[in-house]
Amino acid sequence: MVIAAHLRRALMGMVCVLAASANATAQTVAPVAIRNARIVPVSGAPIDGGTIVLANGLIKAVGTKVDVPAEAVVIDGTNLTVYPGLIDAFSDLGMATPTPPPAPGAGSGSARAAVRGPEDRPGSTPWVQAAEEFRADDRKIETWRNGGVTTVVTAPRGGIFPGQAAVVNLNGQRREEAVVRGAVAMPLSMSPPAGGGTFPGSTMGVVAYVRQVFLDTRHTADVTRRYEQDPRGKARPEHDRTVRALQTALQAKLPFLLPAGNQMQIDRMIALAREFDVPVVLYGAQEGYAAATRLARAKVPVLVSAKWPEKSKDADPDADETLDTLEVRDRAPGTPAALAGQNVPFAFYSDGLSGPGEFLANVRKAVKAGLPADAALRALTLGAAQIYGVQDRLGSLEAGKIANLIVVQGDLLGDKSSVKHVFVDGRRFEIPADAGAQPAAARGGRPSQGEQR
Amino acid sequence: MIRHVTVATALVVVTASGWSARAQGTASVTAIRNATVLTVTKGTIDKGTVVIRNGKIAAVGANVDVPRGATEIDGTGLYLMPGIIDAHSHIAVDGSVNELSLSVTSMVGIEDVLDPSDVDIFRGLAGGVTTANVLHGSGNAIGGKNAVIKLRWGKDARALLFEGAPPGIKFALGENPKRASQAANNADRRYPATRMGVIDVIREAFVEARAYQSKWRAYDAAVKAGDRAATPPARDLKLEPLVEILDGKRLVHAHSYRADEILQLLRLAEEFKFRVATLQHVLEGYKVADEIAKHGAGASTFSDWWAYKFEVIDAIPYNPALMVQRGVVVSINSDSAEEHRHLNQEAAKTMKYGGLTEEQALKLITLNPALQLGIDKRVGSIEVGKDADLVLYSAHPLSTFAIPQRVLIDGVVYFDRDTDLKDREVRAKRKQALEDKEKTGSSQRPAAPDTTPKPETTPRSEDAR
Repeated sequence: MVIAAHLRRALMGMVCVLAASANATAQTVAPVAIRNARIVPVSGAPIDGGTIVLANGLIKAVGTKVDVPAEAVVIDGTNLTVYPGLIDAFSDLGMATPTPPPAPGAGSGSARAAVRGPEDRPGSTPWVQAAEEFRADDRKIETWRNGGVTTVVTAPRGGIFPGQAAVVNLNGQRREEAVVRGAVAMPLSMSPPAGGGTFPGSTMGVVAYVRQVFLDTRHTADVTRRYEQDPRGKARPEHDRTVRALQTALQAKLPFLLPAGNQMQIDRMIALAREFDVPVVLYGAQEGYAAATRLARAKVPVLVSAKWPEKSKDADPDADETLDTLEVRDRAPGTPAALAGQNVPFAFYSDGLSGPGEFLANVRKAVKAGLPADAALRALTLGAAQIYGVQDRLGSLEAGKIANLIVVQGDLLGDKSSVKHVFVDGRRFEIPADAGAQPAAARGGRPSQGEQR
Repeated sequence: MIRHVTVATALVVVTASGWSARAQGTASVTAIRNATVLTVTKGTIDKGTVVIRNGKIAAVGANVDVPRGATEIDGTGLYLMPGIIDAHSHIAVDGSVNELSLSVTSMVGIEDVLDPSDVDIFRGLAGGVTTANVLHGSGNAIGGKNAVIKLRWGKDARALLFEGAPPGIKFALGENPKRASQAANNADRRYPATRMGVIDVIREAFVEARAYQSKWRAYDAAVKAGDRAATPPARDLKLEPLVEILDGKRLVHAHSYRADEILQLLRLAEEFKFRVATLQHVLEGYKVADEIAKHGAGASTFSDWWAYKFEVIDAIPYNPALMVQRGVVVSINSDSAEEHRHLNQEAAKTMKYGGLTEEQALKLITLNPALQLGIDKRVGSIEVGKDADLVLYSAHPLSTFAIPQRVLIDGVVYFDRDTDLKDREVRAKRKQALEDKEKTGSSQRPAAPDTTPKPETTPRSEDAR
C-alpha cells in the first residue's frame, strides 16, 4: 500500500511536470517589467505609457516613473493595455461532479439512502472545502486562463449545501499553491437534490429543510455552550457535522450564496436572508433588471450569471412563446446596467459557459445594454474580489497585491481584442495562437472522476 | 416558541398591509352605481350603490350618497356580487404542490413558494375569484401548510397573502396517501399503505406533537418560575404546526371522500380535542352529514365531478344541497385552474340538484368558504366594513351567460374586461416586435453551444384528486 502510494505520488508529479511543460512556460525566477503600456489599475485612473514591475509573485510597482530592476525581463507594452486578471466569481472549475461523496438523498443511482426527514441532513456536505478538493489538473483551467481569467471562485457542486467556496489562482501549480483563500462563502442550491422521491422532494421542502438546519445550528450552539460550561446533569449535544460546519460559517460571517434567477426567487431569497439573519450574496439574477431597487434596499450583492437566457437550440421553431419569456431574454443583459445604476455591488460568473470567449462576449452584451465599460471591468476584477473579501490582495493593479494581470491588444471590452500575455502569481503564460478558437471543453472536457491529481 | 411564530406573523401582517395601502393609494373613494347588488347576507338591491373607501365597503343601498370626487363605475344592467372564494386551489405554486417524500410533511408550506407570476392567478381573477385557499397536494397523510391568498395579480408573493387569515394545513385520507407510498412514487416504499395506516400515521404525529407541546410548556413554566438556566427545547418545524392545531390556532383542511374515513378523522380529532375546519371533496358527505354538522366541520365539495377513481363512485350531485339541508357549512371549490374560472356556474348547479335557493347557492362560493377559512369578518358578502372584493357580472352570476366585467380587490380594479381586450393587441404587438428583434439578432451571431447541465426540476404535478 505504501509503495503504491509512493508510486502514485511519483506519477502525479510527472503528470504535473508534463502538464506544466505542455501548458506554458511558467517562469518563476526573474522579475518582469512591462514598459510603455497603458495600465488600467481599476482602483485608480488609467496610466498611459506606464510601467508595471512584478517580482516574487507580487506587484512591485506601478506608474510612469518606476525603477526597473536590472535583472528584470522587460516586455514592451507599446500599443498594449494591462488589466488586472479577470475573476470568474462563481465556478466549479477544478471540482469533480458531484464533489463530495453523495449525501443521503443526493439521488445518484439506485442505492440512495432513505431520508427520514431533516435530521438525516439530505444533500448536505457543508464541511467540504473547495480549497481541499481543487484539482489543478482540470484541463479547462488552461482554457480559462488563456482567455484572461486568472482567478476563479470555485465551489463544490451537488446537493443543497455542497460545500464551501475558495478563491483559487489559475497559476498551474499544485492545489496548495493555487488557493488564495479557502472558505470564502457557503453556496446553497434550492433544487430538490434527488428531483423528488426522498426528502426534500420539492422546492418548498428545500426551503423548510434549510430553515430547520439554521434553527438546529443555532440551537446546537446554545446547547453546546451550556454543556461546556457545566456538563453535569445535562444531555450531551449531538456531534452533527452539518451543523458544526454551518456554525463555523455563521461565526466567520461567511456569505451564503443563494440562487435567485427571476424576480420571484430574488424576492424570496431576500426574505429568507432576513429571516435566517445571515449575510447573503444572490447568484443568477437574470431578472435583476426589474429588481435592482429592491436589491439595493436589501443591501445584497449579486453574482450575475453571464449566461444570458437564450432560446434553446433544440426548441420547436414554431412553438409559441409567452411575451414574458421573450421579454426576459431581451432584457436580461440589461441586469448589470440596472444594478450599477442602483449601486448594487455585483460581479460576473460563467455559469457553465464553454469558455472565456463566450464569457467576455456576454459581458460585452451587458455593456451594449448600457453598463458602463469601467463598471463592467470593475465587476470582473475588484468588484468580485470585494464580494469575497479579498480586495486587499486581488482585483486591481497596486503595489503589494498579487501579480495577476493580463496584457491585451485592443480594448478588453471592445469588439476586437486579444489577450497577449497572462500573469498569474507573477508567472507568465504564453498564449497559444489558437487560444480561444476552440474551448478545451470541446477538445477534451473535464477529467473523468477516475483520474487523480 | 409558538409565541415567536405568532409575533413573526403579526409583523408580516403589519408590513404587508402597510405596504399595500401605500402602494395602492386606497385613500381614494370609489362608487359602483346602479347595479343589481347581490349582498348574499342582506338580500338583493335593485339599482343599488356601493361606496368604497380605503379599500373597504363604506356604504351599501338603493339610496346612498356618493361623496364628491369619488371615482364612479356605472353598474347599469350589471350584477355586483362579493368576490368568489375558492376553498381548494393549487395555483401560484412554484415547483411541486406535493412534498411527496414523507407521510408527514407539516414542515413545508405554500407560503415559501408562492409564484405571483402564475398566469392562473389572472385567469381565476377573470373568473371572479378574489381569494383562494392554496393547499399542499394530497399525497401525504399530513401534508404542508396552506396559504390563503388574494388574487392581487401583478403584486409580489408577499402581497398576495391574505393578511390575518388563520393559518391552515392539508391532511389527506384514503387512496392518495396510500398510493404515494408505493414504490413507483417513492424510492423507498413508505408507511402507510392502507387506510388503517393513514389514520395511524396521523395519530402517531399528534402523540409526538403532544410530547413536544409538553416539553415547551415545561420550559415556559421553568422560565416563568425564574429558572434562568433552563435550556429551551429544539424547535421542530414538523411538530410546531401540529401543536398549533392542538391549540386551536391552525385549521385542518382534510382531503377525504368516503364516509368511513371521514368518521375516522372526526373521531380522532375529537379524541385530541381539536376541530377539523374543512373536509375537502367529501363526496360521500351526504351519508354522514349529521355527524359532520355535529362536529362543526365545514364541507368543501364539487358540484358534479366524480368517477375518476374507485373511492369516488358513490358521489351524487345532490351532495352539496343535502349537506346544506343538514346544517353543514358547505362550499364548492375548484381544485383546478380551469374550473376556478366558472365557480359561479358550479354553484348554480345546486339549484337544479337539490333545490337550493339563489342565496344558498351564492353562499357556496362566497360567505361559506369565508366561514370555513375564518375570514368571514373580512370577505364573503357585501356589507359595510368588509373588504371591497367585488365582481361585476354582465348577467346574473348564476346564469351561464354571466361574464365578469370588472373584479375588485380591496377596492382596486385588478381585472377589467375592456382594458384586457385592448391590452391583448398591445401585447401582441410587443411580442411580434421582440420576436423580430431576436430573429435579426440571431442571424448575425450563431447561438452559443449549451454545455451546462440542466438544473433538476420537478415537474409541476397536478394534485391527484
